[in-house]
Amino acid sequence: MNHAAQPELTRWRAREHRREVAFQLIGALVVMLAMLILTVLLVKILVDGFARLGWDFFNQFASRFPERAGIKAALVGSLYLMLLTAAIAVPIGVGAAVYLEEFARRNWWTRLIEINITNLAGVPSIIYGLLGLQVFVRMLWMDRSLIAGACTLVLLILPIIITAAREGLRTVPNIIRYGSLALGATQWQTVRYTVLPVALPSILTGVILSVSRAIGETAPLLVIGAYVYITRLPDSLTAPFTTLPVQIYDWISRPQTSFHQNASAGIIVLLILLLSLNAVAIYLRNRFQKRLVL
Amino acid sequence: MGTKTVNEAEIVHAAVRMPRVSARSRRRVRWEERIVRAILFLCASVGVLTTLAIVVILFSESLGFFRKASLTEFLTGREWAPLYNPPAYGVLPLVLGTLLTSLIALLVAGPMGLLVAVYLSEYAAPRWRRGIKPILEVLAGIPTVVYGYFALIFVTPLLQRVIPGLEGFNALSAGLVMGVMILPTIASLSEDALYAVPNGLRYGSLALGATRFQTTWGVVVPAAMSGISSAFILGVARAVGETMIVAIAAGQQANFTFNPLRAVETMTTYIVRVSMGDVPHGSVEYYSIFAVGLLLFVITLILNLFSEAVRRRYRGARA
Repeated sequence: MNHAAQPELTRWRAREHRREVAFQLIGALVVMLAMLILTVLLVKILVDGFARLGWDFFNQFASRFPERAGIKAALVGSLYLMLLTAAIAVPIGVGAAVYLEEFARRNWWTRLIEINITNLAGVPSIIYGLLGLQVFVRMLWMDRSLIAGACTLVLLILPIIITAAREGLRTVPNIIRYGSLALGATQWQTVRYTVLPVALPSILTGVILSVSRAIGETAPLLVIGAYVYITRLPDSLTAPFTTLPVQIYDWISRPQTSFHQNASAGIIVLLILLLSLNAVAIYLRNRFQKRLVL
Repeated sequence: MGTKTVNEAEIVHAAVRMPRVSARSRRRVRWEERIVRAILFLCASVGVLTTLAIVVILFSESLGFFRKASLTEFLTGREWAPLYNPPAYGVLPLVLGTLLTSLIALLVAGPMGLLVAVYLSEYAAPRWRRGIKPILEVLAGIPTVVYGYFALIFVTPLLQRVIPGLEGFNALSAGLVMGVMILPTIASLSEDALYAVPNGLRYGSLALGATRFQTTWGVVVPAAMSGISSAFILGVARAVGETMIVAIAAGQQANFTFNPLRAVETMTTYIVRVSMGDVPHGSVEYYSIFAVGLLLFVITLILNLFSEAVRRRYRGARA
């Protein structure tokens, strides 16, 4: 090696090393910034809202007076809406996934369905609100009801459920299908008695995550008119309703700080609800991963 | 659904549990097969019907709006006041509001997302990585109404201490928080793109004496560029369609302004604001939300298709 080049090479190495270290530092800092933002957000909400969390908060309806306002109607509405949405969306979504994975021939219609699902996932949620407003609320005379809200959310989360369920079905090894078919089972019998039971936990995981997305949705429900002052629990499918995010939005949009405290207390409840759903999903996923050892 | 593992025995058991197919019931089974198939086919077709319904409804309801306002005025007018007398039907203030907040979001989430992706994919130790990914997932799972609260109650007062002219509702804090919202999308999709770059390229570059930094930015990132661009476009599409953060924190006045310190109204905010007031069917207000919705739908559709096309090109180049 040329001796004259030696110091230059050393300098180059030192400079490159500094750059390397600097970049690593920046990368770590950005990651920590993301963590910091998350922490600040959660702490801020806890600090603002913790004092409001009490039995009364859960057991009171909406009110003009912040101290007397609670989330009873909103929480119950959210739970009803979630159950109703899941009850409609899961059969359709899993059915669609089964069709696409197990039955569909590769033709233009199948391709159209697949492209379509991808594109639907990118449609802003508020557009689904407009769709629900026109189709369910007006044309099908559902009015501003629980069922109209559920139908709107079903359309919103279907692409997610279908994708998740398809991934679940894909994890089932083909030998299971071949085994069943070789024993003389029809295609549907194979799906029903062997493929679906095996894929169930992972499908369930995807379904729970999709439903948890529906719980956090606000915009489409505002558009179809969940924004109402409710002082009783919804008692039928056609009853008006409100949900937790809608109630939170209502409180945020008021000028008084005490309503903002209510909003953050509502957010704590909403986040706990979402967190527990996610915990169930993660539990199922882990359990499934252990099972996959064939 | 127990803890036991699936094995051949279970498959045989499943087969034994199956209804026996006698010659008499064979026809019934065939019918059942056909009916089930038809039902599943219908389930799969719901999505196509949804798209059709969206397009038909947005167009047909917009017609009612365009009977009152001309298309030229809608697309070029600088004043949006459909509820006033005399009304003004220029949608540009709403488009500008959307553009402004989305751009701020991209300025935050783009560089941050790319850095996080590069760091996770090229630098971070696997254990670190496993720790960070769930944090991104949590950020992605937070409902947008929560982000809106954060923007209005925390970020705006904080910024007001630094920037004196900042209005109570402004495009800046809404955009910043929206950046945090789309950060997970951009970071995880960019990371997927980086991950897909074959190791041969990295080894080749390192073998030529390049440092890790040079390899990352000179070889790996350019190789993943179309995937990364696709992630950015998708992030922007999400920001454009986002409603709650801007409805809460960016304000509800249709200002034609490029100033991020002022209140703006986005397309999504307008739809929410109008539909929350009890609008009578058949009024201009009612039709106007569909016209704005149609424009929003077209913009996000173009962005999504563009992102898909960019991604496809990169897939093709790899194969």
